Amino acid sequence: MKTVKKYALFILVAAVDIFLRWHYPAKGVVAIKSSMDYLEEMLLFIPPIFVLVGLLDVWVPRQIVERNVGPESGARGVALSILVATAAAGPLYVGFPVAAALLKKGCRLANAVIFLGTWATVKIPMLMMEIKFMGLPFSLLRLALTLPAVIGTGYLLEMILGSKRTEAVKEHR
Amino acid sequence: MLFNIFLYILAVAALLYSFRRDRQKTKKALKMAWNSFLNMLPAMLGIIGLIGVILALVPPEVIAGLFGSNSPFGILLISLAGAVTLIPAFIAFPLAASLLQAGAGLTAVAIFITTLLMVGIVTAPLEVSFFGRKFTLWRNALGFALALVISALMGVILQ
Repeated sequence: MKTVKKYALFILVAAVDIFLRWHYPAKGVVAIKSSMDYLEEMLLFIPPIFVLVGLLDVWVPRQIVERNVGPESGARGVALSILVATAAAGPLYVGFPVAAALLKKGCRLANAVIFLGTWATVKIPMLMMEIKFMGLPFSLLRLALTLPAVIGTGYLLEMILGSKRTEAVKEHR
Repeated sequence: MLFNIFLYILAVAALLYSFRRDRQKTKKALKMAWNSFLNMLPAMLGIIGLIGVILALVPPEVIAGLFGSNSPFGILLISLAGAVTLIPAFIAFPLAASLLQAGAGLTAVAIFITTLLMVGIVTAPLEVSFFGRKFTLWRNALGFALALVISALMGVILQ
């Protein structure tokens, strides 16, 4: 039963795919083909990211994470969170387990939020595509406005949840 | 593509180094990687399937149709489309560029891009499973509000 619940969305989507394929073949083909293309993309960068997260978990001691991006890391911690996230690859939800692993190791809550925000909005491969299609002024302006917004979100969320620590996240599950 | 190769080289190098230092720890790390992959797989397959369905049922032409009017209601609809849909960047940016060329307003296009990047309704259940409900709700709500502010500013500055 638990497995069924976990796969609920996938089962629903697969049913829609089959229905489309049956009644609206053209749309069905587009839906299945887009999903397959995207799946291929995902499978390409998921293995290295998950392996790196696993290695981070067993090798990097808590003190190192705490010292660099922990509650007392200040502006340096913010800068580091942004820097690491810009080098990210893949959609935001691949970043969830990475941020969760960092939080577990003592990363400050604001920094984890900043990490996620940067991952979502200014990772370098995506930025290069944006510049190509939208032009440099559009991309740079968006970048310049987004970074302060992302940093602000980090601190605001910390205030709302009432703690710099992971416990704030766990308590509100 | 280059980025992927770099990522693989980094992961393989780290793995080899780790294996030479401590086999047991490396095994543990790989097991962890595998477990978190298995944990995320159901939600990931669901999300990827949903992206395909969205792209088929709401093709780029339909999204383009939203950009016809510059009324506040039209803008609201665009921001909701950006927040709800999950369109990969390699489709979203070409689409946004073609919308601009077709005469869509800069603010409207910026709202679409910023909400698309800063708000994730489709991925919210997965986010909740990692960080809890309150975290997810507030992160996305703040993202939505800030996306509107950012795109309004972009419209004023760039137009």
